[in-house]
Amino acid sequence: MVKKLIYISFTFTLLLFAWASSGQQRFPKPEFENGYVQPSPVTPEPRAAAMEFFDVIVLLVALSLASYLAVKKRSRQGILWLSVFSVAYFGFYRNGCICSIGAIQNVALAFADPAYAMSITTLFFFLLPIIYSLFFGRVFCAGACPLGAIQDLVIINPISLPRWLRKVLGLLPFIYLGLAVLYAATGTDFIICRYDPFIGIFRMDAEFHMVVLGISFLLMGMFVARPYCRFLCPYGVLLKWMSMFSKWHLSITPSKCIQCKLCTNSCPFDAIDFPTNEKEVISTKSNVRKFLIYAILIPVWVVAGGFIGSKSHTFLSKANPNVYLAELLIAHPELKNDPDNIDVQTFMASGKSLETLVGEAKVIRNEFYIGGWLLGGFIGLVIALTLLNQVIYRKREDYQPNRGDCYSCGRCMDYCPVDR
Amino acid sequence: MGKKAKNRREFIQSGMRMSLGLVVGGLGALSLKHVTKDEWVWQIDPFECTQCGRCATNCVMSPSAVKCIHAYDLCGYCNLCGGYFKPDANKLSTAAENQLCPTAAIQRRYIEKPYFEYVIDEDLCIGCAKCVKGCTSFGNGSLHLQVMHNICLNCNECSIARVCPSHAIKRVKAADAYIVKGDFSKGGKT
Repeated sequence: MVKKLIYISFTFTLLLFAWASSGQQRFPKPEFENGYVQPSPVTPEPRAAAMEFFDVIVLLVALSLASYLAVKKRSRQGILWLSVFSVAYFGFYRNGCICSIGAIQNVALAFADPAYAMSITTLFFFLLPIIYSLFFGRVFCAGACPLGAIQDLVIINPISLPRWLRKVLGLLPFIYLGLAVLYAATGTDFIICRYDPFIGIFRMDAEFHMVVLGISFLLMGMFVARPYCRFLCPYGVLLKWMSMFSKWHLSITPSKCIQCKLCTNSCPFDAIDFPTNEKEVISTKSNVRKFLIYAILIPVWVVAGGFIGSKSHTFLSKANPNVYLAELLIAHPELKNDPDNIDVQTFMASGKSLETLVGEAKVIRNEFYIGGWLLGGFIGLVIALTLLNQVIYRKREDYQPNRGDCYSCGRCMDYCPVDR
Repeated sequence: MGKKAKNRREFIQSGMRMSLGLVVGGLGALSLKHVTKDEWVWQIDPFECTQCGRCATNCVMSPSAVKCIHAYDLCGYCNLCGGYFKPDANKLSTAAENQLCPTAAIQRRYIEKPYFEYVIDEDLCIGCAKCVKGCTSFGNGSLHLQVMHNICLNCNECSIARVCPSHAIKRVKAADAYIVKGDFSKGGKT
């Protein structure tokens, strides 16, 4: 009986389909006689926009406080408590979103896609730490970034990594930054957010592999201090550039270095530059030759990088869902009849022709071709400049924080015996 | 000599600082063109949704922030509800075996002959879209999915949007955070 009813209703549906699509009701709403009052759908409001501005103010206060504590007050303890606050507020309370690291992608997408406009709070989150770095060094990393802070809090017994390893792994953030901008600008994906290792910990909920990644980063971070910050963080690249030329910066000693060497092992990040050893400085002549060779090689690196980048554009573009679907349908036309493939079935039902899809995919792939050149060229330039930096010797007489790599965490200040 | 070298170093430092400052300032000024005062939130366009069921499994929240809501204006108050009953239901009763919803989140209540009201218990709904599919295929389409903003974390990039086959999830302004169906076609009033 019921089955029959359903069949009837099904045919009824088909009959009425033309009606329904032209704006008619299949089953008109009844007129009730017993005074029935219709409830209204439940639609809870989103978090008020005012609260987003409150986040910006919290960030501003955290950055100012970190600058004050690192540069003026010289208090490691203060920075420690500030990082605890940042982990609690930006991490566990705000669930790690919104964050300055991810804001890179919003900015990239806003510039690439005219239809997308970022909210003003996102722009603040992107710009404020950069501006502060230009004046006070990487104070954002010191205490305001929840990702940095959670790693800073788990450092137990940091080991010193050899210089070559630091330099090689130090190239990864540049590659990550380039890829993130490329994927965001092409509207493909926000990889920084998707592969944020700590967001699962902040939210106490994530996919299994991301939880494993987050916990392994924290375990690794007990011995290799701040692994994400040093060898992955794409935003750190921007802050590093700013911090290298910052107006003020944390200093190990409050006045004059007495060369006591007490601070040498205090930095978990190997970010203290030692005084130049006159004996080790290679003779100027061979150094100049090396410098010239590396300088001439810069364009070679850029072009080679760009070439490799452009060659890999087909591979890189596979992450885009449109390109992926178009490729899949061309390579396996039989999938059109596969009822289990939701993507293909939805596409077939949408009435869009394969030609349109392939056309869209080609546009995106072309963007990836240009992006591949830029990305490869950028990475080539970074490698060339890193090499060039190896033969530049700056004369240093004291123990100083390396302005690019120093996170202004303030550990070294506690080791300095000079009082004022 | 030493003083001169120091002066040169300071000159390069401040020169670079100025140029970086200009770059950041310029970037900021250019970005102002691409900025809105509104906050953005994620929402499902119910007219694009194809009820694939991925909302239930791909949200970073578990259970998903996507839930079914009922646009009562569109409901036909049918006895044989395509969103409530399984297609092979034995009997049009509230017995669990007849219900389509895996969590029994839809409550059916008799109003007057032959009409029944269907209310969704949002706490039980997991956003699987089974009822939406039934209602859209056999009924008026008054049941449809929406992102619930008391649960949604407003991720920078919605992890459901990435896998949505019909691109139904889009950014909307926080002031109009819901797209509740108010008419039967997309062009109608909402």
